[in-house]
Amino acid sequence: MHEIIWHGRGGQGVVVGAQILAEAAYLQGFKGVTSAPTFGPERRGAPLTASTRISDEPIRTFSQIEFADIAVVLDSSLLGVVDIQSSIKEGGIFIINTNLNPGQIKIKKGLKLACIDAAKIALKHRLVKEGAPIVNTPLLGAFARASNLISLTYLEQGLKWKLSPQVAAGNILALKEAYEQTIIIEN
Amino acid sequence: MDNVQIMTGNTAAAIAAKLCNIQVVAAYPITPQTSLTETLSQFIESGELKAEYVRVESEHSALTVCISASTVGARVFTSTSSHGLLYMHEQLHWAAGSRLPIVMCCVNRGVGAPWSIFNDQQDSVAQRDTGWIQIYCRDNQEILDSVIQAYRIAEEVYAPVMVCYDGFVLSHTMMPVSIPDQKAVNSFLPPYKPHTVLSVENPYNINPVIFPWLRENAEGIICDGYMEMRYKLQKALDCAREVIVATGKKYAKLTGRNYDEMLWRYKTDDAQIILTGMGSIAMEATAAVDQLRKDGVKAGVAGIRVFRPFPVNDVRKAFSKAQTIIVLEKDISYGYEGALCSDIKAALYGTGINVPVHNFIAGLGGRDVKVREIFEAVQQSLQEIAAGKESNKTIWLNCRK
Repeated sequence: MHEIIWHGRGGQGVVVGAQILAEAAYLQGFKGVTSAPTFGPERRGAPLTASTRISDEPIRTFSQIEFADIAVVLDSSLLGVVDIQSSIKEGGIFIINTNLNPGQIKIKKGLKLACIDAAKIALKHRLVKEGAPIVNTPLLGAFARASNLISLTYLEQGLKWKLSPQVAAGNILALKEAYEQTIIIEN
Repeated sequence: MDNVQIMTGNTAAAIAAKLCNIQVVAAYPITPQTSLTETLSQFIESGELKAEYVRVESEHSALTVCISASTVGARVFTSTSSHGLLYMHEQLHWAAGSRLPIVMCCVNRGVGAPWSIFNDQQDSVAQRDTGWIQIYCRDNQEILDSVIQAYRIAEEVYAPVMVCYDGFVLSHTMMPVSIPDQKAVNSFLPPYKPHTVLSVENPYNINPVIFPWLRENAEGIICDGYMEMRYKLQKALDCAREVIVATGKKYAKLTGRNYDEMLWRYKTDDAQIILTGMGSIAMEATAAVDQLRKDGVKAGVAGIRVFRPFPVNDVRKAFSKAQTIIVLEKDISYGYEGALCSDIKAALYGTGINVPVHNFIAGLGGRDVKVREIFEAVQQSLQEIAAGKESNKTIWLNCRK
C-alpha cells in the first residue's frame, strides 16, 4: 500500500488533488484507492492535510496516515510551521512546490526530494482561482515524475473526470510541463 | 456491467436512496451528515429524483414528516447525526411503534457535552432500544448496499431501519463503489405497497391513547392492548433476522456481493483470537489481524453488521472456537462496559463458551484508531490473559488516564 499525505492551506486544492490522484490510480488498475480530507472543520488559509491511499487490494485501513511514503507540499511556507519530513517513511519522497533552488532545501537523509515551481507553471497556464495560482495540478505532474507510481495518461484522465473540458485542457498542459521540469535529488 | 465510481460514504448513501425511488425526504443539516441530504436535494432539483424534499426546522420535525408521509403510503428517507438523532429520540419510538418502514442513515458522531463533531457510535448505540433495526457499515460499498436492502427489510417486517456508518471516516472518505443499475434495483425492490394507508377517503384515528387491557372497538372486535402491540414489535424484530438474511442472499444474486449473515467474517476459520466490532473499526481490525498472523497469532474478525435484532445465533457460531474475544467499540454504557460487549457475552451465556473477553473502548470523539494500536493492544491483552491476569476487562485504548 502506498500512503500519500498532501499538505497545504485551506483553499489551495489539497482535497481535490488527493481525489484526482485516487481516481487516476483506480483508472490505472489499482483496486484499492481512498482519498480523505482532514476530518473536521476547514478554514481558508489554515494548514490542512488530505490523504490518498493506493493499493493493489481493496483498502481496509481508514485511520489517518502516521508515516507517509510520499508527502506533497502545496505551500512552502508550511515548512517552518509543520514538521512534514519526520512523518515521511525512510526512503520516502518529499515533493514540494517551491521557487527555491533544491540545494537550498534542507532534507533528511534517506529521503528523495522533488522540487517544482508549481505556482509559476500554474500562472503560465492561467490556472488561477480567486487570485491565487492553482498548484495542485502541476504537483500531480511532479508526483508522476518523482514516484513513477501513476502515469501521466491516467492523471490526465483523472483531471478530465474532475474538471470541465475547457478547464481540463490548461490543467493537462500544466501537468505535462511540471512533469518535465521537476528536479529530483536523491539524498 | 459494473459502474464503479470513487465517492464518499455520504454520496453512496444518497445514490442508494435515489435508486430506491424514495418519494419523500425530510432532513435537517448536521455535520457530518449534511452532504448526504445536500446531494439528495440536488437530485431532486435536477429532476433526476422525483421526490418531495420537505425542509423543516429541526430533526424532530424531520422524522415527524417522515412518519406522516409513511403513514399515507410514501417511501421516505431521512438522515442525521449525533444531537440530531437524539433530538429525534421521541419520534424514533413513535416510528417503530407505528410500525412504519422508514429508512434513515445515521452518520455516526460523538455526543456532547463536550461538543464534538467527530466520529464515534454513542449516538446510534444510545438509540438501541427504540425498536429500530440497526445496520452498521464497514465501507462505502456496504453503505450503498445496506440502504437498498434496508427498504426491502423495512417494508417486509414493518419496522424502521437505521443504516449507521462512521462520520468522516466513511462519510467523507472517497473510495470505489459499484453502483447497480436502476432496473436491477427495481426488480429487487418493487414499489412500496403499504398494508394500510391513511387517506381522506378512509379516515381513521391512528395511535390514540391505549389502555393496559384488551378492549373492544366500535365494531365489537377485541383489540390489542399496549403490551400486545409491544409484543408484536418484538416479534417483528425477532422475525427480521430471517428476513435480513434472505434479503442479503437475494441481494447477493443481484450484485455478487455477499450479505448472507448478520455478521461478516475475516480469517475466522482457524482463529483462536476473535476480534469483533461494528463499522469501520472492525474493518481496521482486519488489517491488525494480518499483522497478528504474521506474528504467529491465529486471529480473525467477526464484524457485527446487524446490531438490532442482535444476531445471537451467528455470534454463537462465529465464536464457538474462540479462546479469546476482543470487542472493539466506539461507545460505552457508562457505569458498565461497551454495549456490544455486554450483548456478545449475553449471547454466549449458557453455551459453554466461557473465554476471556477484553473490551476495547476506542475512538471516542474521533480519536484515530490505528492498525498498529489495535495490534499492540491485542498483543498486550494476550500477554495479560496468558499470565492469568484479569480475563474480563474494559480497556480504554489510546487514552490518557
